[in-house]
Amino acid sequence: MSEIAERVKQIIVEKLGVEESEVTTEASFTNDLGADSLDTVELIMEFEKEFNISIPDDQAENIGTVGQAVTYLEENVK
Amino acid sequence: MSFKRVVITGIGALTPVGNDAPTFWKNLVAGVSGAAPITRFDAERFRTRFACEIKGLDINDYIPRQEARKMDPFTQYAVIATDEAMKDAGFDTDKLDLDKAGVIWGSGIGGLKTFEDEVMNYSEGGRNPRFNPFFIPKMIADSASGVLSIRYGFRGPTFITVSACASATNALIDAYYYIRLGVMKVCISGGSEAAVTNAGVGGFNALKALSERNDSPETASRPYDKDRDGFVLGEGGAALILEEYEHAKARGAKIYAEMIGAGMSSDAYHITAPHPDGIGAFNVMKNALEDAGIQPEEIDYINTHGTSTPIGDPQEIKAIERFFGDHAFKMNISSTKSMTGHLLGGAGAIEAAACIMAIQDQVIPPTINHFTDDPEINPRLNLTFNTSQKREVKVALSNTFGFGGHNASVIFRKLED
Repeated sequence: MSEIAERVKQIIVEKLGVEESEVTTEASFTNDLGADSLDTVELIMEFEKEFNISIPDDQAENIGTVGQAVTYLEENVK
Repeated sequence: MSFKRVVITGIGALTPVGNDAPTFWKNLVAGVSGAAPITRFDAERFRTRFACEIKGLDINDYIPRQEARKMDPFTQYAVIATDEAMKDAGFDTDKLDLDKAGVIWGSGIGGLKTFEDEVMNYSEGGRNPRFNPFFIPKMIADSASGVLSIRYGFRGPTFITVSACASATNALIDAYYYIRLGVMKVCISGGSEAAVTNAGVGGFNALKALSERNDSPETASRPYDKDRDGFVLGEGGAALILEEYEHAKARGAKIYAEMIGAGMSSDAYHITAPHPDGIGAFNVMKNALEDAGIQPEEIDYINTHGTSTPIGDPQEIKAIERFFGDHAFKMNISSTKSMTGHLLGGAGAIEAAACIMAIQDQVIPPTINHFTDDPEINPRLNLTFNTSQKREVKVALSNTFGFGGHNASVIFRKLED
């Protein structure tokens, strides 16, 4: 697991109060991890803060799973 | 249509002198001060560096972390106090008509810390307009009533009352009216505040409303003392379960007291200063007694607004003397803010609780920190200085006055069939 993936996982565990084992690559924030739409917006904000980047809204809309978040961040974090 | 009778069947409190109702009451009767140096934020540069904070509280002992982080502290306090009150009331929730159960809460400000944190974050983050999605739902004052409604499934009227330091009393009054009218059978009511923040202390400091007795926090709140220099900010709140009398009797509920009257008035004078002639204070007591249909001589105890400000204290006392005449010297009067500090929109709730417990235990909690008589305060009045006093208490009145000139009073009586 990449360092980015590990940090993403920790944020999700912290914000959504889920077990680490639940945070799989395929896990959907809303369908699998109990997030509502507001939680998801908050997660995106946490990723922005943690990785010091700005995720445009149209990109943020495509981040619905753990894997999608990791992929986006790996491609965009310098 | 005849009015329904309203009784109190549950009490919960989370205060600077106790994190549950029994501890709160025990410490009030013992004359314990809740004031201490501020720990909520770094107050080093503030003119006032102490407050009456809640002590030894781990929110997560009461509310799971994931839920708690979506609530401003004032809502967390509302939940903790209400959980205690609901447990105390002992409802069999399966038998409760949830459409006839409401929540009317009071808060003077709402989510001040949430607002402050988000705006600071915005400012420090290069003004990037990314706000937390929970910012608004956490900050708005009605979030407390919303969260409580969801928590207990209460589907009757639920809302918040805002009248500064009279907020919780206005909440109790609305709950009382709606039960009286038959709109509700049961109502969670009370109020909470969490204003010990940079902006809360700084804002009240700017008004020169707070005591600046930093070298002796525990003696700073001294209502009616000649050397009082302002109020001490407090935080927390209390929840009361108001219930229609027949409903309570039918389920065999423990009944603390009956709520028999409510009064409201306004000064129509100044946005922060009370009317110098105490017109509003006089009228609110008059209105409450008229509503209760009782004579002035029946009041045994007044829990005053008495915040320990130079201007506010004497005008209320003079209104009491003027309204009650000779009886003013026969009743007990005290300001429990001498111990709890001023909980702003939560004050009316903890003080109503104090009135009810005074009726329950037949003892008057004191006005602590009395050192020097004030020539403006008539020494013939029994202000219950420094130690609690045992006496027969059948009827108790609680006064609260808010910035804006809002005055609200409520009256409780020992239950008589």
